[in-house]
Amino acid sequence: MLSNSELMSDDKVVKVALIGNPNTGKTSLFNQLTGLKQKVGNYPGITVEKKQGLCKLNNTIKAEVTDLPGTYSINPTSLDETLVLDTLLNEKNDSYPDVVVVVVEIENIKRNLLLFTQIKDLKIPTILVINMIDQMKRKGIDIDVKKLEESLNTKIVLASARKKIGIDELKSVILDYKKLDAIPISNITDRIDKEYFTKLKNAFPEFPLYKSWLLITQNNEFDFLNNQQKELVLKFREDLGCIKRYQHKETILRYQIINNVLKDSFKVDKSKASDLRGILDRILTHKIFGYVIFALILLFIFQGIFDWATYPMDLIDGAFASLSSWIKTVLPPGTFTNLIAEGIIPGIGGVVIFIPQIAILFTFISILEETGYMSRVVFLMDKIMRKFGMSGKSVIPLISGTACAIPAIMASRNIGNWKERLVTILVIPFTTCSARLPVYAILIALIIPDKQVLGILNLQGLTMMALYLLGFTAALLSAVLLNSTLKVKGKSLFVIEMPNYKIPSIKNIFYEVVEKTKAFIFGAGKIILAISIVLWFLASNGPSKFKNAEEFVTSKQENKELTESALQKKVASYKLEHSYIGYMGKSIEPAIKPMGYDWKIGIALISSFAAREVFVGALATIYNVDSDSENVGTIKQRMAAEINPDTGKKRFDFPTGVSLLLFYAFAMQCVGTLAIVKRETNSWKWPIFQLVGMGLLAYISAIIAFNIFS
Amino acid sequence: MFKTIANLQIGEKAFIEKLCLDNIPLKLLEMGCLPGIEVQLIQKAPMQDPLYIKVNGSHLAIRRETAEKITIVVK
Ligand SMILES: Nc1nc2c(ncn2[C@@H]2O[C@H](COP(=O)(O)OP(=O)(O)O)[C@@H](O)[C@H]2O)c(=O)[nH]1
Ligand SMILES: [Mg+2]
Repeated sequence: MLSNSELMSDDKVVKVALIGNPNTGKTSLFNQLTGLKQKVGNYPGITVEKKQGLCKLNNTIKAEVTDLPGTYSINPTSLDETLVLDTLLNEKNDSYPDVVVVVVEIENIKRNLLLFTQIKDLKIPTILVINMIDQMKRKGIDIDVKKLEESLNTKIVLASARKKIGIDELKSVILDYKKLDAIPISNITDRIDKEYFTKLKNAFPEFPLYKSWLLITQNNEFDFLNNQQKELVLKFREDLGCIKRYQHKETILRYQIINNVLKDSFKVDKSKASDLRGILDRILTHKIFGYVIFALILLFIFQGIFDWATYPMDLIDGAFASLSSWIKTVLPPGTFTNLIAEGIIPGIGGVVIFIPQIAILFTFISILEETGYMSRVVFLMDKIMRKFGMSGKSVIPLISGTACAIPAIMASRNIGNWKERLVTILVIPFTTCSARLPVYAILIALIIPDKQVLGILNLQGLTMMALYLLGFTAALLSAVLLNSTLKVKGKSLFVIEMPNYKIPSIKNIFYEVVEKTKAFIFGAGKIILAISIVLWFLASNGPSKFKNAEEFVTSKQENKELTESALQKKVASYKLEHSYIGYMGKSIEPAIKPMGYDWKIGIALISSFAAREVFVGALATIYNVDSDSENVGTIKQRMAAEINPDTGKKRFDFPTGVSLLLFYAFAMQCVGTLAIVKRETNSWKWPIFQLVGMGLLAYISAIIAFNIFS
Repeated sequence: MFKTIANLQIGEKAFIEKLCLDNIPLKLLEMGCLPGIEVQLIQKAPMQDPLYIKVNGSHLAIRRETAEKITIVVK
């Protein structure tokens, strides 16, 4: 017999959606409710990121909480906002909520309530959370909760996501969600045009009236409607002028209602207000100081990525190298040991090594976002970015692109104008992502002397800086080019809110960094690890010549006098040449010779086609298989020792190095990015365009550079 | 000549004209730019674009092309 609780287990998850204006504290509240039990998934079909977490309401009942993107109203103007609408209208949607928690912020409650009244009209049980009450005293605000509850017809929870106030109360209100009534606040439709809305009501008797209104006012196709309903919707949409007028009227009426409600229950003592915001704004958005401060902040961020991150990265690099050698000494020699020591461990190491840089970058970005400074950057940069066919909102994606293009491209979703968004998406892969860093780092270390210039500047550091600038320049120039050639229509309104300045919350930053890092490890990381293993396999297996390598090399006359270890080395290198990957590298050698590469570099190119960071790992694997197995050493030492048999000089000399740097700066070598571009633009056209365009640019500039410098 | 938000000086206040309802995009209305409401220009970015305004308790940045559509009555 099943116990009662098991029988009901399916009913025990309450679906909760957090909805509200941007910056009202939804994510903070979400973090308080769910802790680290979060997962980021995708919405089916549109594949926009979906943040969900579980929250224990009592011993038997849990809530599945969804953190939705911020929106000012239920009428979407960007992809982000469309998601909110879709979640609320489509009852078949996985996250269609049992109860909606509308989060409003105490300081701007009037505008926040607009969304609340809209959601309320959809007749979904709704709770109103008034957040940031820790600020209430300081701002001289006084709320009569009882009165407000009565006039808004809802249950109100006063909360502070930052100070952990009201969280338990919210949980218990969610638990009792069935007791909430789902009655609209006022009969707004009657006040707009009674006749029109009666007609609408009769057309869709199965839906709440406001839902039908939303169905006809949006431009989207709604898949959940049947054909007859779809036809009706189209019919109503014909009278566009009328719809527009009524939407305007609706908004004004809603504000009137809200003003009336707040008149009695919400009071602000203006004398308490301080003008810290005004002062900070005057400095941070100043014509000159504003830009100087932004430049200094950028410099500081890059210092973090270049300089501070190298310490943990060196540690990680060293640790994985010694782990590999150690494994070889403790495990019995054989294929299995080699797979671990030469395939899996370097593969994992190649992923882990990015963590410091990604974590540092996203720490900075989330601090800038948390404090409210990012909006000022958008304000300062909008006009300039528009000259390049982008928007002020493209700045954040472009900066994020220096960590990883994947989250950066997703961050472009809040750019409402399609053309500006498309241009941003297309040029982001030029920014120097952290996957290029290890490639740059090792090549710079090999070809640029470690010298000081002008007293304080390090030549290698300067080269790195120059490559970053090259990435940004390439992004901006190609944006100009795309802007003038792309025939894409895109008109939409640019409005951004300038939030008040806030002290960042460490908890929020921590969760954000964990989430972004996890997304990288499990997204790109899986590809890197898989490629490393495949690569190892291709390098340690091959057709007949590979299998007979030992006999062949030993029987050769000239090798008779060699010592045992030298002989081993000869065998290994013969094997690599005749392994599967060796043949692959050789077959592309003619094509890459003009850039100055040989078949071994060709192997690295092939393997880093899917993820550029694999370059270093691939060379490590190649030279590892190639060197005698006891002395592993670091990758750099092995690469420095490599000789080009044609010239007798170093394999990684200046011309080859520069050519490689340029190739990696421009080529589109990231399967993860291609996949995300396909998803975000909804077509294969754009990722293919990127792949071909960037590939050609990389190939041609690498050839030119190689020939100039040799 | 109509005056619009784009004509305001930094710090200057005015009222959004009652009759310009059709010119204001829905999204701006939703963010609080309602006819008859007071609006103040807080800051202009270089090249006078975008404009940073305060309206109905919200602080917003809008592009010049949008600001030019919203006619105002100066006090
Ligand atoms: N003072 C105060 N700040 C808060 C509170 N809740 C959130 N914040 C801050 O408000 C900002 C926006 O919060 P966030 O959760 O990202 O809002 P979202 O955009 O709605 O997800 C962040 O800087 C938070 O640290 C609160 O209760 N009190
Ligand atoms: Mg959020």
